[in-house]
Amino acid sequence: MGTLVEEIFSRRAGRQVRAGEILLLDVDYIMSHDNTTPLAIKAFRAIGKPIRDKSKIVLHLDHAYPAPNILAAENHKKIIEFVKEQELPYLFQQGVCHQVMIEEGFITPGAIVIGADSHSNTYGALGAFGAGLGSTEVGVAWVTGKCWFKVPETIRIELRGQTQPGVYAKDVMIHIAGLLGMDGATYRSVEFGGEYIDNLPMHERIIFPNMSTEIGAKCGLIAADAETLRYLAEETPAQGTFETLTPINPRYERVVEIDVSNLSPQVACHPDVDNVKNLEEVAGLEVHEVYIGTCTNARYEDLEVVANMLKGKKVNPLTRVIVTPASARILKKAMQTGIIEILMDAGCTVTGTGCGACIGRHGGILAPGERALTTMNRNFVGRMGSPLSEIYLASPATAAATALTGRISDPREVAELAGG
Amino acid sequence: MSKAWTFGENMNTDEIIPGRHNITTDPVELAKKVFCEVKPEFAESVRAGDVVVGGRNFGCGSSREHAPIAIKGSQVQCVIAASFARIFFRNAINIGLPILECPEAAADIREGDDVEVDLSSGAIFNRSTGNRFQAQALPDFVLKIAEVGGIVQFLKTHDIEELTA
Ligand code: SF4
Repeated sequence: MGTLVEEIFSRRAGRQVRAGEILLLDVDYIMSHDNTTPLAIKAFRAIGKPIRDKSKIVLHLDHAYPAPNILAAENHKKIIEFVKEQELPYLFQQGVCHQVMIEEGFITPGAIVIGADSHSNTYGALGAFGAGLGSTEVGVAWVTGKCWFKVPETIRIELRGQTQPGVYAKDVMIHIAGLLGMDGATYRSVEFGGEYIDNLPMHERIIFPNMSTEIGAKCGLIAADAETLRYLAEETPAQGTFETLTPINPRYERVVEIDVSNLSPQVACHPDVDNVKNLEEVAGLEVHEVYIGTCTNARYEDLEVVANMLKGKKVNPLTRVIVTPASARILKKAMQTGIIEILMDAGCTVTGTGCGACIGRHGGILAPGERALTTMNRNFVGRMGSPLSEIYLASPATAAATALTGRISDPREVAELAGG
Repeated sequence: MSKAWTFGENMNTDEIIPGRHNITTDPVELAKKVFCEVKPEFAESVRAGDVVVGGRNFGCGSSREHAPIAIKGSQVQCVIAASFARIFFRNAINIGLPILECPEAAADIREGDDVEVDLSSGAIFNRSTGNRFQAQALPDFVLKIAEVGGIVQFLKTHDIEELTA
């Protein structure tokens, strides 16, 4: 009985739990990356106790990878030495941590996974509890196998209708961020559901829990269903039968109903993710870089949308158009199917995988006065480089349309849209 | 006196300490760059025992602990805010940076006010305006962690199960 997060926590606790309770629970996996693992190692050493279960620890090198400077290189070296010293089974250098966690089958319905990264909420797309924590807590969880949680209240977002061609899950989520605001869901679980979500394929669902972070949520959840099981079976090595938990007589703090049928493409404008406008209002604004990447929108299907729109065309020669596939697996598939060739022929710069330009370390840093339109999830001032640069967030389709003109452009005006 | 340093709403971790300075985890080094873009004079002028005051959603953004570590490194006695972003809240507790959630105090306190704080009771007194406030009390297990200076310290001498016991 309860909301989805109460159901997940109840099953783990072995008894009915309610919002407001504080629980100490076993976690299934503990994720951290090159940015956050060094501090976790420091906390681990300070505690001075052994690792409880090595098979729960999953490490990634993705945030500044391959190392763009000596300090990043030192971080990577420190982590690899730790992996050797502790004989840890999982170290990945194959792309953005969250994408790799899902692709490699670590995320399954009902699982409880914590990560030293704020977008660990992403795992909720498969009906798992995923939440971001600090490095110290990761070090603590290595030693204890556990983590404390306050069971959150839930905001239910009920999505109805179908989007128009050229409008994607990203547009819907940006719209939600604008409605709820940057702290609209602080400490809350956000449950996404309704017929719109039911009909969405997994690669589009992922965007909602991923960006639930942007509205302050503790976790973002979508109940597992047939599509979840299909995705797990066809696209991941996850094995077994999974219990698909759903909310049962839930008590929501708030229910927000949205009909997506008439939504325009949405843009989250500088300087805040909740500064959301209909594309029509910002169309024509000059951009200097189009960045297609990150754990939000650099999956195979996103690249496919972009390739279909750019095929046989050229991007604006004065605009940097950078594509950073989210994982090695995605890059490889996009190479095999010819998508990379289409992107390169159109004049895009295709980079290796990882977080790339998302945190302003390398791979597309912005100069003062420059403006980027990107498929990222956040647009904090200075995130991609100079504090005097501007970041606009949009869908891959809007990014592709913008790449062609060098000005924020409407994907509905470019033919050959893929999907919908 | 304990001087108040005030910051606006949605103060994010990049504004607390820009990502490019997160090349160390040393509190003293990080404290040299804390708030460097939003309040460049802070790092130089802040004195031990001062108080950082923020609006709603203080510490939103990334999960990096560099932000609370940088603030702790500046030796302020606590952060008072109308509300905290959740990962910052957890991180601050875990590293032993005292935080008090009190929207009324956050609205009352102005830059430079002389503020007295009793961390154990959550009482806040703004000497400059004469107004007194009571912050939301922290849950028991949070106090257990805070008392020993952080969760790492706690685990050196306790089992994790004792937190919720
Ligand atoms: S791609 Fe960006 S948002 Fe995603 S994990 Fe990497 S740095 Fe974070």
